[in-house]
Amino acid sequence: MRAYRALLHLFPSSFRAEYGEDMCAILAQRRREASGPLAVLAVWIGAVLDVFANALRAHGDVLRQDLRFAARTLGRSPGFTATAILVSALGVGATTATFSITDHVLVRPLPFPESDRLVKLWEAPPGYGRNELSPANYRDWKAMSMAFEDMAAFHTLSANLVGEGDPERLDGAAVGADLLPMLGARPALGRIFTAADDQAGAPGTLLLGHGLWNRRFGGDPAVLGRKVLLDDAPYTVIGVMPRDFHFPSRDAELWTTMRLESQDYEDRGDCYLHAVGRLKRGVTLDEARADMRLVTARLERQYPKENARIGASVFRLRDEVSRQARLLLAALFGAALCVLLIACTNLASLLLARALFRRRELAVRSALGAGRERLVRQQLTESLLLALAGGLLGVALAAAAVPLVARLVPNSLPIAETPALDVRVLLFAALATALTGVGFGVVPALRAGRDPDASGLREGTRGGVGGRREKLRSALVVAEVTVSVVLLVSSGLLIRALWRLQHVDPGFRTDGVLTLRTALPWSKYEKTDRRAQFYEQVLGEVRQLPGVASAAYISFLPMATRGMIQPVQVPGRSPDPSEISNASLRFVTPGFFATMGIPIRQGRDVSQSDTADARPVGVVSESFVRRYWPGLDPIGRQFQIASQLRTVVGVVGDVRVRGLESTSEPQVYLSSRQIPDRALMPYAPKDLVVRASGEPAQLLPAIRRAVAKADPQQPVSNVRPLADIVDAETAPRSVQVRVLGAFAAIAVMLAGIGIHGLLAFAVSNRAQEIGVRVALGARPADVLKLVLDEGVRVAAAGTVAGVALAYAAGRALEALLAGVSPRDGATFLAAVALALVMTVAGSVLPALRAVRLDPLSSIRAE
Amino acid sequence: MADRGAEADALLPLPAATFHILLALAEDDRHGYGIIQDVAARTGGALKLSAGTLYRSIQRMLEQGLIVEVRERPAPELDDERRRYYRITLFGTAVARAEARRLAQLVKLARACGLAPGKA
Repeated sequence: MRAYRALLHLFPSSFRAEYGEDMCAILAQRRREASGPLAVLAVWIGAVLDVFANALRAHGDVLRQDLRFAARTLGRSPGFTATAILVSALGVGATTATFSITDHVLVRPLPFPESDRLVKLWEAPPGYGRNELSPANYRDWKAMSMAFEDMAAFHTLSANLVGEGDPERLDGAAVGADLLPMLGARPALGRIFTAADDQAGAPGTLLLGHGLWNRRFGGDPAVLGRKVLLDDAPYTVIGVMPRDFHFPSRDAELWTTMRLESQDYEDRGDCYLHAVGRLKRGVTLDEARADMRLVTARLERQYPKENARIGASVFRLRDEVSRQARLLLAALFGAALCVLLIACTNLASLLLARALFRRRELAVRSALGAGRERLVRQQLTESLLLALAGGLLGVALAAAAVPLVARLVPNSLPIAETPALDVRVLLFAALATALTGVGFGVVPALRAGRDPDASGLREGTRGGVGGRREKLRSALVVAEVTVSVVLLVSSGLLIRALWRLQHVDPGFRTDGVLTLRTALPWSKYEKTDRRAQFYEQVLGEVRQLPGVASAAYISFLPMATRGMIQPVQVPGRSPDPSEISNASLRFVTPGFFATMGIPIRQGRDVSQSDTADARPVGVVSESFVRRYWPGLDPIGRQFQIASQLRTVVGVVGDVRVRGLESTSEPQVYLSSRQIPDRALMPYAPKDLVVRASGEPAQLLPAIRRAVAKADPQQPVSNVRPLADIVDAETAPRSVQVRVLGAFAAIAVMLAGIGIHGLLAFAVSNRAQEIGVRVALGARPADVLKLVLDEGVRVAAAGTVAGVALAYAAGRALEALLAGVSPRDGATFLAAVALALVMTVAGSVLPALRAVRLDPLSSIRAE
Repeated sequence: MADRGAEADALLPLPAATFHILLALAEDDRHGYGIIQDVAARTGGALKLSAGTLYRSIQRMLEQGLIVEVRERPAPELDDERRRYYRITLFGTAVARAEARRLAQLVKLARACGLAPGKA
């Protein structure tokens, strides 16, 4: 019988208390009536099965009843219900949205089998951590290293696709035949490359990205075998990659083979390959790095000149995320957790106040026989119901918000831009929801259940302002103020950093400048004269257009392309071995500096007469002069870059080639006509810049016509105002700052609501006391002080703690602050001022109510 | 009372155990074990209510107002002090009637299709 009693604990305790004894009696009766041990056994089995079957249902009954009751009570106070749901929706929504992005970028494995073994390898010359490889070094690394199951290479590719519709500029990669199998990629349609496709002289083969296949070929499976022209060379489509395949970055839409030939291996300084390796099972990243140190040391001994001080760096493919992108996301996720925390404390505070107001009701129910377990359970159901509604609304908010923050997904990773709200994220949301529910449900429920003396029923008992209860609520509000001050300061610091960056002078003027790209195919334009003809015709036409002030071509726009670095030598100057002697190299047509608004400080622009037959000349930036000829007149001096000696004819202002936040190498500009035939092809100018007096976008159709007239097969791509390129520099930051700002605003609002709730509650609880004081002659100012003191105390405690924590948070964010001090006084002052405004706003209504209390009626009410 | 009727209809169809408990209480107040015995006797042993099902049903029926617990009990010599007695309410009677009507209606329909014994 004791076993049966124990079993009855499976029932809700209220049910057990009510019917447990009767059930035991029935079992005893049945046992007495059973004849023989078999019959007794049957009675026992029946009883056990009965308990299992009915206990679950009894819990269901209670839940249904509680849910009905909760829905009814919540429906009776729609204001409270709406506030509670909204508050938890904000917390859950913020956390889920940022978690989806953070998880997508930093946590989730890449979409390749056993992706944790995939690494990216780079050459690491002094001063650079990630440089591309030369084909020769790649070949030797692959042959000599021991740590890798396999190593494969690719180089990025940008090509004009001609045939079927308008010519189009597309990005992709030329890959070694072993790359896709090493990644574990399979085609959605057709086949991937074989070693035969990767031979020099093999017919061109092409894989299409899923998006490109749908967009340009209507998703037609008969695309296999189709012939297309890529930069004028014929290619056959052999396959289509799956929708979720993005490699090397998410812009890549087509893949060909790289087909390295013997002459590609000749120059160890010609670095353009990206290498990916798959670690052998059990080999750690450190072991692979040690292995590569041995390999590069051997190669340095073998090729002391070309490979001098060239190391290798090895990173997980997963970690090809800049430190900044990582920190941006980490900061956001931290902020989202703060919002969730505030939401939880706010709800706990709301429910606590409500529980205290409902003390009398609970006392009545308790007196009528509802056990503590039933009351606690009822309250928990109510809070979980609120949290569930809030959670659902929060997930909807997150789904709407994720595309807005998707710009924080760096495109250096082979993943899609917009993360899906998938099962893991929903699970996280469910967890956050449950935590919120329990967090703000348990405390008030436990309190409601613990009412030892039914004091709630006693006549004249005030709503229940036990000192401890009020202290708990005050502590919750202090925490809210603290967290919101931290968020205010952090977003303030980041806003200051953003402003500072937005005011960094890029070195050129963006207003009225339109840029677009006409990348000329190698085969047709290998001769410099042929290209010059094209530039002249296009520029001639464009300069004639009404509203165009000037136009020019350059090989790479600053910021849009950061690299293209070449070593520099100055005759008669022996370089310090620790010095990094590189410059950013661009070829331009005359008029580039005028079009970009880059000031010419000395000498002249490149000119039409700087041709291949003339003396090789160069225009250099001021920092170039400072580095090589400090204090001297640079005009007429010589330096060597791109295997030729050049004479300085002009000095121009510096440009932030590497972007607003990085230090850039000194810049060298050479005449586009002085590129030798069939050489330096990647440096052939392809970006057209046009300065207009009016709205430059209106010129686009005419510019397209001019390009088509010069070469009908030449596509126009990358059309962007120059201002967009500079804005893109700070885009992830401004997205982050906006989200963070929104979080801070939510936090402040919630903290304000918290203060308001606390004071309003205190005022209605102390109405009698206030009434007595007023009756005894207290002036309105005294009453005001009584109420405000409480608010100010709470706000001051929260602000002091918040300022201390905010300083710590600022230190952690220092890398994102672009030089703004984490102690920035103005930001802290502004945050404290906002906290003050919030305190006043939260206190105004309760204070007014207290002042307007009618002493007679408030005393009589008790 | 139209309202009462609508309220009764809202509970239909009744779970089998509930209907049988109402039938058992229709004639007399009974305690839990008495209900089990009556139901078993009435159905010729075909339906033996388990303790769990019984008290879960009783709990719900109390909430729905179909039955009440009664304080006054039969003569002490006939009664076990520990037992609680249950009595059908007016509303419970109305609900049982409504359920019986519903079942009769069903039987009539079945009969029309030749699926039940009796007059077509």
